[in-house]
Amino acid sequence: MTDLTLPSPLDGNRAGSRLDPEPVPRRDVLGLASLCAAGSALLFATFGMMRLPKAAVLSSPSKKFRVTLPESLAPGQAFEPPGRAVVIFQDQEGVYAISRICTHLGCIIRTTGDVFECPCHGSRFAADGTVTKGPAPQPLPWFKVTRVGGDYVVDENETVLAGTKEPA
Amino acid sequence: MSKPTSNKSALREFAANLLMAPATIWRAAFRTGSPTTDRTRSEFVFNNIFLHIHAVRTHRWSLRWTTTLGLGIAAAAAFLITVVTGILLMFYYKPYPDVAYESVKDIHFVVPTGRFIRNLHRWAANLMVVAVILHMARAFYTAAYRKPREFNWLVGLGLFVTTLGLSFTGYLLPWDQLAYWAITIGANIAQSPREVTDAIGVTEYFDPGGFQRQLLLGSDVVGEEALIRFYLLHVMILPLVLGTLLAVHIWRVRKDGGLVRPADADERLGPPSKEVYPVFTEAPAKTYHLAAIVKGRSSAVGRGPENTVPSMPHLFYAELGALMVTVLICLALALVSNAPLKELANPDVPENPAKAPWYFLGLQELVSYSAFMGGVGLPAIVLLGLGLIPFLDREQEGTGEWFGGPGGKSLVARATIVGLVAVVGIETFAIRFGWVREWFPVAPQLVITFINPGTMIALVYALYSLWVVRRYDSIRAGALGLFTCFLCGFVVLTVIGMYFRGPNWEFYWSTSDWPMH
Repeated sequence: MTDLTLPSPLDGNRAGSRLDPEPVPRRDVLGLASLCAAGSALLFATFGMMRLPKAAVLSSPSKKFRVTLPESLAPGQAFEPPGRAVVIFQDQEGVYAISRICTHLGCIIRTTGDVFECPCHGSRFAADGTVTKGPAPQPLPWFKVTRVGGDYVVDENETVLAGTKEPA
Repeated sequence: MSKPTSNKSALREFAANLLMAPATIWRAAFRTGSPTTDRTRSEFVFNNIFLHIHAVRTHRWSLRWTTTLGLGIAAAAAFLITVVTGILLMFYYKPYPDVAYESVKDIHFVVPTGRFIRNLHRWAANLMVVAVILHMARAFYTAAYRKPREFNWLVGLGLFVTTLGLSFTGYLLPWDQLAYWAITIGANIAQSPREVTDAIGVTEYFDPGGFQRQLLLGSDVVGEEALIRFYLLHVMILPLVLGTLLAVHIWRVRKDGGLVRPADADERLGPPSKEVYPVFTEAPAKTYHLAAIVKGRSSAVGRGPENTVPSMPHLFYAELGALMVTVLICLALALVSNAPLKELANPDVPENPAKAPWYFLGLQELVSYSAFMGGVGLPAIVLLGLGLIPFLDREQEGTGEWFGGPGGKSLVARATIVGLVAVVGIETFAIRFGWVREWFPVAPQLVITFINPGTMIALVYALYSLWVVRRYDSIRAGALGLFTCFLCGFVVLTVIGMYFRGPNWEFYWSTSDWPMH
C-alpha cells in the first residue's frame, strides 16, 4: 500500500486506492478469450508474412557446365573457364576441377604457380586445395567432372573427395 | 433557425468572412497565437506535434556546451541530410545490376547537381556514423545510461546498429567493384556461423549461417535479387526503423527528465540570470491532489521547474546551431571530395585489396583471422556488453560528469594506454610471427576460430577491466576501463585496416610499397 492513498468519501470502508489496478470482473472470460484470439491471429499472420522473403526458387545461374580443354594444356597448368569460379587441371591420371571461391569470405582466388592465393584476406591453399595459411576454415572443394565425348562436364553442385580425377 | 433578414447582410458577411479567411485559417492551425511570451511559447511547443517531442522548458545544464557537444543533434541532422539527398537520388537511381551502375554514373556526370547531391549523401552518411559513435561515447563517459535512462541507452544501441546497417546496404547500390566485393564479403560474414557448425559437423541439420546469407541475398550469388533486397532495406525498411527509434529516443530524453546532469547541478550553476522569468510568481492557489496520480517512476515527479529556461527559443537555437554546423561540414566535404565510383562490378575478379567502408575495416582486420569471431562473435559480445552496462553499473557516483566515477580521468588515461599497448602489441606479434595456422598447419578449425588475435585482444581487455573492478571496488570503474580499451582497439584496428593493409591483406608500411599488379 502506498503512502499516497487518499481517503475519499466514496470509499466507505473499502480498503485500497485508485492507484491499485481494478480487479478483473468475473465474467470477462469472453473478452479475454477474444483478445487472445485477436493476438494470436495477428501473430500468426505476421509469421506467415515473414515466410515471403525466404525465396523458394533461387535465381542463381546453372551450376553445371560443359568445357572443352585447350589442346595445349600442359600437365599441372591451370585452366580457368571464363565466367566460372573453377580451375581445371589435367595430368597423367586425369582431369579434375577445384573451386576458386575462397572458403573464408567468398572472394575469387588466383592461381599463382602451384598455389592458390585469396586477395581479400590472404588465405593460401596448396595445389590440392588444402589450407596452408590464413583464415580460411575449409579446404577448397573438388567438383565432379564427367567425360562427355571430347569435352568435360563440371558440376559445381557436386563435390567429390580431393584426389578424385576423371581419366582422360 | 432564423431566416436571414435580408440577402444583403448575408452577402456582406460572406465578403467579410472571405476577407478574414487567411487570418482565420492561421488561427485554426496555430491556436496559441504568436509565441511572444514565455507562456505562449510554452503553449506553442506543447501544442505542436513536432515540437512537443521536447519538453516545454529545458534545464540550464543541458544548454552548456560541454554537456553534449551537440553530438546527438549532429547525428540526427546528418540523418536528415541523408534522407533529403537520398530522396533526390531516387529520382534517377535504378536498382538493377549493370543498369544501376549506369544510373549512378549518370547521376555523377549528367544529372544537374547530381554529383554534388551524391557527395552530400555520402558525406552525411559518414558523418552520421562518426557522430553516432562519439555520441555514444559521450553518453557513456558522462554515465548518462544510468537510471532512469537505461532503456534509452538500449534504444541508442538500436540506432547505432541501424545506422551501420543503412551504411552497409547503401554501399552495394552503385554496383561497382567496391560495392560488389564488399557485399560478397558481408554476405559471407552473415554465413560465417558455418565456420563453427562445420567444425562440429552439424551444418546439415542446423545452418543459421546459410539461412542468413540466403535471406540477405535471395539467391546463392550476389545478383539482381541481392541488389533489390539491399535497395529495399536501404530506402524503406531501415529508414523506417531508424525514424521510429529516433522518435522514441528523443521522446525518452524528455520523459527521462531531460539530459543527464550532476546531482549538484543547480548549486554549480548558481541562480538564473535576471532575464529568466520565474515559473512560480505567486504561491499556488490550488491543492495538488491530482498530482498523486503521477506518483510512480516518471522522472519529472518531485522536481520543480527551477533553473530551467523555455525550450523556445533557447534549446531550439542550440539545436539549429548544431544542425547548421553539420550542414556546413557536409557541404564543405562534398565540395572538396567526390564519392568514389570504380569500374563496373565483375564477379570474376575481386578488388585487391577489397576493402569495406572505413567503419568496418576494424572488423575486416578481425575477420582476416576468423570470419566467425571477427564478423559475428566479437561484435555480438561487444553489443551484449554495451547493452548490459546500465544494468550492471547501478552506482551513483559521477553521474552527469565527464569521466565521472571512481578513477575518473586518470583511470581513463591509463586504460587508453593499456588498450593501445594490447592491441598494437598483439597485432604486431601476429603480423611479425604469424598465428596458429602458420605454426601448426593441421590445427583444428575450432582452435583457429576461438584462439586468434581478435579474441586475445578482447580477453586482455576483459581481464584488465576485471582487475580494475577489484582495484577500485567499483563496477563503473571497470566499465570505464573496458569501454576505453574497446574504443582504442576499434581505432587502432580501423587504422591498420585502412592504411597498413595492401594486396592479399598483407601488411605494408605505405601504399607506395604495394606490388604492382
